[in-house]
Order: sequence, then structure tokens, then C-alpha cells
Amino acid sequence: MTRKVIKAAPKKTTMKKAIPSDIDTQAGYVRIEDAPLLPPPPSEVGVTGWLYKNIFASMSDFGSVSATLKSVFVAASTLFILYFLITQISGLLDFAIFSAVWSDPEGLKRQACWTVEQGGALPNGWHAACWPFIEAKAKFIFYGAYPSDDLWRVNLTYALGGFMLAWVMIERLPYRKIVGILLLTVYPVMATVLLTGGAFSISTGTIGGATILGLALITIGRLGKAGYVSGAFGDLALVAGVCGWLVILFAAVLAVFAIDFDLEAIDTRDWGGLLITLVVAITGIVASLPLGILLALGRRSEMPVARFLCTVFIEFWRGVPLITVLFMASVMLPLFMPEGVNFDMLLRALIGVTLFSAAYMAEVVRGGLQAIDKGQYEGADAVGLSYWQSMRLIILPQALTHVIPGIVNTFIGLFKDTALVSIVGIFDLLGAAQSTLADAAWSTPVQGLTGYLVVAVIFFVFCFGMSRYSMFMERKLNRSHKS
Amino acid sequence: MAQPQNTAEQSVDQKTIVSMRNVNKWFGQFHVLRDINLSVDKGERIVVCGPSGSGKSTLIRCLNRLEKHQDGDIFVHGIELNNDVKNIDEIRREVGMVFQHFNLFPHLSILENCMLAPIWVRKTPRAEAEEIAMHFLTRVKIPEQASKYPGQLSGGQQQRVAIARALCMQPQLMLFDEPTSALDPEMIKEVLDTMVELADDGMTMICVTHEMGFARRVADRVIFMDEGQIVEQNEPEAFFNNPKSDRTKLFLSQILGH
Ligand SMILES: Nc1ncnc2c1ncn2[C@@H]1O[C@H](COP(=O)(O)OP(=O)(O)OP(=O)(O)O)[C@@H](O)[C@H]1O
Ligand SMILES: [Mg+2]
Repeated sequence: MTRKVIKAAPKKTTMKKAIPSDIDTQAGYVRIEDAPLLPPPPSEVGVTGWLYKNIFASMSDFGSVSATLKSVFVAASTLFILYFLITQISGLLDFAIFSAVWSDPEGLKRQACWTVEQGGALPNGWHAACWPFIEAKAKFIFYGAYPSDDLWRVNLTYALGGFMLAWVMIERLPYRKIVGILLLTVYPVMATVLLTGGAFSISTGTIGGATILGLALITIGRLGKAGYVSGAFGDLALVAGVCGWLVILFAAVLAVFAIDFDLEAIDTRDWGGLLITLVVAITGIVASLPLGILLALGRRSEMPVARFLCTVFIEFWRGVPLITVLFMASVMLPLFMPEGVNFDMLLRALIGVTLFSAAYMAEVVRGGLQAIDKGQYEGADAVGLSYWQSMRLIILPQALTHVIPGIVNTFIGLFKDTALVSIVGIFDLLGAAQSTLADAAWSTPVQGLTGYLVVAVIFFVFCFGMSRYSMFMERKLNRSHKS
Repeated sequence: MAQPQNTAEQSVDQKTIVSMRNVNKWFGQFHVLRDINLSVDKGERIVVCGPSGSGKSTLIRCLNRLEKHQDGDIFVHGIELNNDVKNIDEIRREVGMVFQHFNLFPHLSILENCMLAPIWVRKTPRAEAEEIAMHFLTRVKIPEQASKYPGQLSGGQQQRVAIARALCMQPQLMLFDEPTSALDPEMIKEVLDTMVELADDGMTMICVTHEMGFARRVADRVIFMDEGQIVEQNEPEAFFNNPKSDRTKLFLSQILGH
């Protein structure tokens, strides 16, 4: 601090030299009293300050002809945009709320939303949302053909997922890490069992075989750790040990899937609406991020084979439209399968969507990796961290923070692209809503508008939520490590 | 742990910590290190100087495999530096490095920067790692900044953290690559003071630096490099007062001339 004062002093001297009466022959200039602290002008604080800075500052300069022109232009366009916004928003509110038909107590169905001209009771020229239609179709829009008696299973899945997700996101709660791990490991298995009913026909032989294979691999890993396996095979043994645990985990998941929980099996063909959209989007989002990270690391790897494979993979999936991928999954894939093997259409679409967005994710993450200074890699190497340690602890945390906007962009894109699965006969939110429009019992001129409005609002809520959360994360991460 | 064989053929005895024999390195066509022979004893303080681009950084970066040499042998702490990842890991555990641009990890606090390697590489328990980190942060005189982030510190403080981070691994050898040349003049002294203290404690150090005062004060040996070769090495007094080669004389006159 003191040093700063010494440095600053000569500057003041030169600035004030012009005032001759203040000059002390020895010191040049010495301030005897502190300059007073003055309150800020009204243009800096309060509501007027805000209004001035954000709105009027840009249109209050009339100093010259060009400045006047600019001010007038800004004022005019501000007024125009304001007018446009007010009319549009009031129109929307009127359509969705004020003029809308809210109830259909007499069970008139389409007639409840007809004007006099059309044979109903509403005034001619009426044009607004017909909510009883949505109310009648809500179950189909949200759950598709999922049996009504079993809707509790879907709701329970939502509630569990939402609860755990909220737990992970609220920072004051304890055990957030454990809940997060459960959310990524146990929850998907539970959700699968709850939604499908479980009790898949998996032979005990498969499960037993996987268990034995896993145990064997773990044993090899143990031997390697104890030093019984030498040289390059030692590393292979360690890899085998890790794979062994994965195989055991896989066997455990298979075993859970094989258990009969006495839930009615519900074919994925009966799933639909928001349920499908969420299943496809969330699986895609959760699986594509780690896959994308691995692909990005592989593409920047020093191993030519890994680099080549990852590059080919990424370029292939990026070069093919998602619609083509979905068509291939639904039409082409069965042709290559042996007769009788028929794996679930939804699963095929899920894999297609995941791989597709993993390729995009990989490029986003690669951008982040490229922004990391070479010194960070060297710093991590120099303290002795291994490749995976330095990636996990040093490089990825920084790289991913840099590209949060890009990652969330890909997530949002994926969420909206799920609407494409309706092309291969899976009734996602949009598909389900569209199919309700075919119901003649509700046929009115506003039927389509109302249905699409609901779909748009649901999509918007989810995407906007992701966007806001990402901005919150960005701010939080920036706060923690920038000065 | 299989101890690498210390045969006479390697000419590595217990006292020697670094031994480079006929080391050559190329960047593509460019021959950066030419026939380097260098042996450093435990506890020795070496200063490496020379004109820009003469290969000083490359030389010390070869000692912990930040750069790969193509020809010749390098032994560090009795371990041969070759393509074996195990050897490289073992050497990096024993060799600390301080960079010109600090290379602290900006997303971790000062304390976490220092605890990271002991925890993950040495498998030190967390509490003990924290103790070690605070010990070395105290030694470089910034324990009170432990919870801050690198971006909130001045350059001199960051460089001292970088030194503490390297020391937390309790290395046998410290490499410094122009640790003061990215700093404002007023901060150079605090970093040099830290390095002098470290030298006085008996740490083996190889420093690339143009701080000739520091070289005179602590170095046991000054090495002058030009065009990828070691041109001259001598004790500091003799090196500065009575340089042998014309290239050294020219370099010294340029660097001390103003
Ligand atoms: N990764 C690289 N690829 C190609 N050439 C390189 C690379 N790193 C360094 N060089 C070249 O090798 C030569 C020696 O570089 P080095 O960084 O070792 O010099 P230096 O003596 O440390 O110089 P300075 O005092 O400027 O730091 C320089 O000519 C440099 O251009
Ligand atoms: Mg250098």
C-alpha cells in the first residue's frame, strides 16, 4: 500500500503544477484537506438513473445534426418496438387467458368452442384458446397410450428424478455427491424397471456368465496389482481389473432387470407424449456428454489409431442428418439383424439420438480443450499427475467451464430435436399433440392453435430452464476463480 | 519397487542426481541440443544462462520429459529417462519445476493448488497434505493467501505459490525456467529471496535465469549455452571475472553492460 502512495504522489504533483499559488517550494504541492465526497448525480442512481442509463441516454444527445438524427431515430424505433411488443403480448394473453374458454361443464365438447355462426354459443369473430380440449386430451399429450391405471409409475419416476435432481442442485444440502452418483447409476435402472415393468427374459446363464467373467477379470487385476504379472501385461491386468468391475455392474443391472416386481409390462410402443420427449432428451443429454468428452479427448490424443477412429466417428455422425439416422435405425437396422431379433424401436432411436449429439458435443468440448493454455498441461505434467488425473482435475474442469454455453446449446438442440422421432412412428410430445387434432369430437378452428401453443410452452419451459441454470452455473464458476 | 541397476557403465553414483550423456535433440530439422554432457551432484546449485533461443529451456525441460530427447542418455535420481511411463512418473515425483508464467491452476485455490499433487500422486491423506501445503506456504511467506485464487494474487505472490506447489512434493531437484522474467521489477526481489533461502537450505537447483546477482550469490557453477551447446561452465567468480570463450565475453558484456 505504502509503495503505491509513493508512486502516485509525483503524478499529482505534475497535474497540479499549473496552480501557482499552491506551490510549496519544498514539496511542489501538498493537499492539506481531503477532497469532499460528493453524492452521485441523479443520472447514476435510483429508478431515474436506471431509466436514464438504459433508455434515455441513447436518445438525449442533440449536440449536432447527426447526433440529433440519431437520437430521433433511436426514440422512434424504441416507440415502435414498444408498440409492437404491447400489441403482440396483449394479443397472446387475450388468446390464451382473457377470451379463452376455460370449462365445458355441460360436456358439449367441440360445441363449447364454437361461435354462433359455427353452431355454438360464442359471439361471432371469437378466436381464442379452447382449454377443455386440452383438458380432455391431457393424459394423451403427457403420457401417450400408457395405461391409465399405471400412470403412478410414470409420476413416481418423475417425482424421484425431480427430487434427486433438486437435491443435487441445491448447494446447502449435505451428501450432494452421493445423491448425484445415485441419480446417475441407480436411478436409470429404477426408472427403466418402473416404466417398462422389468422382468425381461434374460437367462440366468447370461447373468451367471457375466458374473464369472467379471470375477475372473477382477482376479487378473488383483494379480497385476500384487506384482505377479510383469511388464506391459501388468498394465493390461490393471485394465482388466477395472473392466471386471464394470462387467459385474452390468451383470447386476441385468439381474435387476430379470427380477419380476409384479409390475405389468408396458411396451414402449404405448409410451408417448411428454414421457417420450423426456426419456429421449434426458437419456440423450446424460449419455452424450461423457461420450462427447471421451471423443474429444480421443480426437486430440497422441495415439494415431484413437485419433483416427474418433475423427471418423465424429465426422460421420455430424455429416448425416438426424432424420436419416432415425430412418436408418428404424428401417435399415432390422435388415441387418438376424431373423427374430427385434430390439425395441425406442431403444434404437435413443441410441441414434445419443450418438448424434455426442458427435456435436465432442466438437464443443474440443473447442474448450483448445482454449486451455499449454502451460496448464505442463504444470500438471510437472507435478507428476497422470494423463487421466490431469484431464479430470486440471484440464476438463477449465475446458468445460469455458464451453458451458456451447454444451447447453447442444442440450437444447437435442431437446428440441427429439420432436423428430415422431417421423419413425414414436409419439413424442409434438406427435401426440398432433394426433389429438385428428379427433373430430373436438374439431374447432382453434383446436390446432391451442394444441401447438401447449406444445410450444412445454418445450419453452424446459429449454428456458436449462438456459437459466447454465447462466447461473457460469456466474458461479466465474465467481470462484476469477479475481 | 524395482531399483534400476546402478552399474559402473552408467557412471551414476549415489551423489549424482542428474547425468546427461551425449544428449541431442531436434525440433524437426532444427538441432536444438547438441552433444550435451552434464552431471549435477546432490546439493549443487547450477545457473544456466545464454542468449535467447540457445536451448536453455529445452535443456531443463528434457530433465522431466516435458520435451523428449532423441539421442543420448539422461539419468535423473538414478532412473533412466526413456519411453517407460513408470520411469517418467517416478522422475516427475522427484523433480519440481517452476515456470516463467507460473502455470498455477486458476480454478483451484492456492491451498488446493499445493495439495493436489501430494494427494493424487503421493497418496498423502488430506489432512497431512494440508499441513504440508501450509508449511511450504508459510515458508514462501504467503500463508494468509491460502484460500484465495491465483487470479487474485500479484505476479510475485503467484510465483512464490508456484515454488511452494513444487516443494509440496518434497522433490530432490528443483528446476527453474526464468522464474523472474515475467515479473515487474519490484516483485523480482521477493521471488529471488525465496530462491536464495531455498538454496541456503541445501536444495539441489538448476536455474535458467539472467539474474547475475543471484548467480554470484548462490550458484556453485554457472553454465553458459549458445546454439544448443554448453560453451563454458565454471564457478561464478571465475565465470564472471575471467570468461574464457569469446562468446561468453560478448554475452556478458551485453548483459552486464547496462
Ligand atoms: N516446440 C518447439 N518446436 C519447434 N521449435 C522449438 C520448440 N520449442 C523451442 N523451439 C526452438 O528451439 C530453440 C531453443 O528454444 P528454448 O526455448 O530452449 O530457448 P531458450 O534458451 O530458453 O530461450 P529464451 O531465453 O528465449 O527462453 C529456439 O530457437 C526455439 O525457437
Ligand atoms: Mg526459455
